[in-house]
Amino acid sequence: MQLTVWTYEGPPHIGAMRIATAMRGLHYVLHAPQGDTYADLLFTMIERREARPPVTYTTFQAQDLGRDTAALFKDAVAEAYARFAPQAMIVGASCTAELIQDDPGGLAKALALPIPVIPLELPAYQKKENWGASETFYRLVRALAGPAVERAPREGRRASCNLLGPTALGFRHRDDLIEIRKILDALGIDVNVVAPLGATPADLGRLGAADFNVVLYPEIARSAAQYLEKTFRQPFTEIVPIGVGATTRFVEAVAALAGVDPAPVLAGAPSRLPWYARSVDSNYLTGKRVFVFGDASHALAIARVATKELGFALVGLGTYTREFAREVRAEAAAHGLEATITDDYLDVEAAIQAAQPELVLGTQMERHVAKRMGLPCAVISAPVHVQDFPARHAPQMGFEGANVLFDTLVHPLMMGLEEHLLGMFREDHEFHDGVGPSHLGAAPRAAGDAVGQAPAGSSHKPAPAPDTAASQAAPIVLDGTAPWAPEAEKELKKIPFFVRGKARANTERFARERNLARITLETLYDAKAHYGR
Amino acid sequence: MNAHAPVQNGGCDVAIHQERGQRAVFCGLTGIVWLHRKIQDAFFLVVGSRTCAHLIQSAAGVMIFAEPRFATAIIDERDLAGLADMNEELDRVVTRLIERRPDIRLLFLVGSCPSEVIKLDLSRAALRLSQRLAPAVRVLNYSGSGIETTFTQGEDACLAALVPEMGESDAADLLIVGALADVVEDQFSRIFAELGLAARFLPARRAGAMPPVGRGTRFLLAQPFLTETARALEERGARRIPAPFPLGAEGTTGWLQAAAEAFGVDPARFEAATAPGRARARKALAAHRERLEGRRVFFFPDSQLEIPLARFLARELGAEPIEIGTPYLHRGHLAAELALLPRGATVVEGQSLDDQLDRCRQARPDLTVCGLGLANPLEAEGLATKWSIELLFTPIQGYEQAGDLAALFARPLDRRARLEV
Repeated sequence: MQLTVWTYEGPPHIGAMRIATAMRGLHYVLHAPQGDTYADLLFTMIERREARPPVTYTTFQAQDLGRDTAALFKDAVAEAYARFAPQAMIVGASCTAELIQDDPGGLAKALALPIPVIPLELPAYQKKENWGASETFYRLVRALAGPAVERAPREGRRASCNLLGPTALGFRHRDDLIEIRKILDALGIDVNVVAPLGATPADLGRLGAADFNVVLYPEIARSAAQYLEKTFRQPFTEIVPIGVGATTRFVEAVAALAGVDPAPVLAGAPSRLPWYARSVDSNYLTGKRVFVFGDASHALAIARVATKELGFALVGLGTYTREFAREVRAEAAAHGLEATITDDYLDVEAAIQAAQPELVLGTQMERHVAKRMGLPCAVISAPVHVQDFPARHAPQMGFEGANVLFDTLVHPLMMGLEEHLLGMFREDHEFHDGVGPSHLGAAPRAAGDAVGQAPAGSSHKPAPAPDTAASQAAPIVLDGTAPWAPEAEKELKKIPFFVRGKARANTERFARERNLARITLETLYDAKAHYGR
Repeated sequence: MNAHAPVQNGGCDVAIHQERGQRAVFCGLTGIVWLHRKIQDAFFLVVGSRTCAHLIQSAAGVMIFAEPRFATAIIDERDLAGLADMNEELDRVVTRLIERRPDIRLLFLVGSCPSEVIKLDLSRAALRLSQRLAPAVRVLNYSGSGIETTFTQGEDACLAALVPEMGESDAADLLIVGALADVVEDQFSRIFAELGLAARFLPARRAGAMPPVGRGTRFLLAQPFLTETARALEERGARRIPAPFPLGAEGTTGWLQAAAEAFGVDPARFEAATAPGRARARKALAAHRERLEGRRVFFFPDSQLEIPLARFLARELGAEPIEIGTPYLHRGHLAAELALLPRGATVVEGQSLDDQLDRCRQARPDLTVCGLGLANPLEAEGLATKWSIELLFTPIQGYEQAGDLAALFARPLDRRARLEV
């Protein structure tokens, strides 16, 4: 048993719903107890869909358990077929139905419907949402893509590809797709089928006609692409085109697969990110300590954008996607870090506290953790709440996605000029560091840190809680830290506040590692020399 | 199986039908989201699957981050394969939890569909853990599973689990049953005090302060979904005071009056204590009558509040309830409400979702009260909706909230009238 308050991923049948809801002409009959229909509102509320997900639940109750839940399931399949007349169906069990051991696949087969009915085995006590989505998409592709086909020779016609991976409830999938289509169009490559988003079961039957596959979200579509590679000899790229560098490599990879020239697409300045990052105002971004957490694809891509395109320093990297832990560990190791691979938000919170970042890039959950710690934060990965399914065009992928990322990652920080002014006028009552950046609201900072307010010899305390809830959070400073001598504390106040936090942390770490009983003026400057940057 | 089956309606003027089929409702676990805010030193530990954790997370929204007093012990394959002794695992999880939250005085082990289906005996686990953690923490259990409970029935199961914990008293006390917002509870306390009645409330705000019960206790249900709790109280000798529910001015007056009559309060004193509230409620309601008068309202089943709400909308705001869905109908507890429903209204107990959607689309109601899974899709079809969960999270009972309650229904119509694009 695992004690859980927050889960990064839902159970695997939610993944299957994400595929079914993304597609058209497909219906999902889910053997599930009354109450599991709560999942509908993820789609109707968070993604604001205008129609109910194409899912029929058996919603059995205790009184049905004594009777025949299998008959209930068969009736539900028959009624769903009669009412919705889908081209194909998927059938499966949720966690509770898995325990009562009806066989959805066998029961549905017995009805002998005149459409393909694909059974799903989604082990709810081992696997999670992304795995469920991947498995469902793979099963659909396997069942519907048909046998190997001969493609027409390439001479004299445009290359074509399938775009695989976008789903319902996917973080920015809608707009990513627009950007990728734009790039492929500019390269002169036709899009054969986009799946699962917007595809019908009949469309999946045409997958074999494409020359190659483009996997946008490996968590969802890698296994389907591997199957298509084997069956139709379709090579695939799974470079995630998030950031200027990755988009450039993506364009080159796709152009190579299609045998076209990438130069026209890459010519000029397709993204504003490189110039914005070079403009002098961005100087202050150099070496900003950033912590990145999310699904594996987004965490990896954003870590590269943060370090190679914005000049941040990566001080933490992690994912809740265990299936891709190896890749994330390797990337973290390249930065001299140990990756945080966990689906327990308390572990992530502890890792953020230990890394002392100046910016947190993560999911909805890290947004709340950062808020409690008074740290700037931007959301870069699912799970996300309703505000991250925006009305405006807001891709992550492609060159426009890179523009969006520049704004998203930099806005929560103080811009250079603002930070410079605050430093210059930090003695001014309107600009003292207790004020904080205006767009962070009432950012919690230790009141004692405000210039001129610190009683001599006051020891460092965690920031005051923004509400009572936060007061139960673990303290930001670890126990066992030596006390500060008054003159050292006073000297610390003279350091510009925007590097003061780091100076304090470094000095305390320095003292801890040397078992110093007291932090003196000498300790402060010894530590500065030791960590000097 | 989906055909309307006419049911004995006990002499009232409404048709009552039963329906079976797909149900789009929450399970009883959802009750935790408001119950944990009411009992301030209680913790709710769901023993279930990742689905249960995901449900509570979805229902609790941003509340999940405020160190809430609920969590899920997720059963995994090791538990199911017998590789781990589930009772030992549960003890380990509870120990860790209590270490982390030493402020907890009452721990509910909440059963779910998976734990019910594998027949994990949570009542024995509660007994065992209670002995181990005594006297600091009391451990109780109830089921909030979807197979046994629908949405608000989770509160019923929770309160019923509290009844054996209540002390014994033969005093002639008034007990108000059902979780109410603190502000509403305080208003009712003041009115009862003016009537000369010392009302006590179940649940109390703290675990150690649950009111006593006994042969002299008369209880008034504040919520229509408390079947099991009422039964448990009656087993302890308490007697229910039949009344409508305190929604709207009329319902509140009827509810208070039932208590006043049961305790022999002088009618003049009752008049004096309630007249100001009635007048304020009347005034507040008048502002919304124009928007709601003559509007045809369709209720999908959700919380069992539907019948009292339909009564309120019909009698105090002039709306016309055309179909009133309810997940479960207790004919005894709802008798006073059914008697007040307008002639010709149809009550449907249970649900067959697609058939009900067909009826709703055909009726084209002016306002549809439904869950969040249906609301946006129906809006997209051109129907104005009011999402029903809000009625559980918003203070709606009593005189001072009558206007707010009307506003919840008037606002979607007001909004439709304002939007030009």
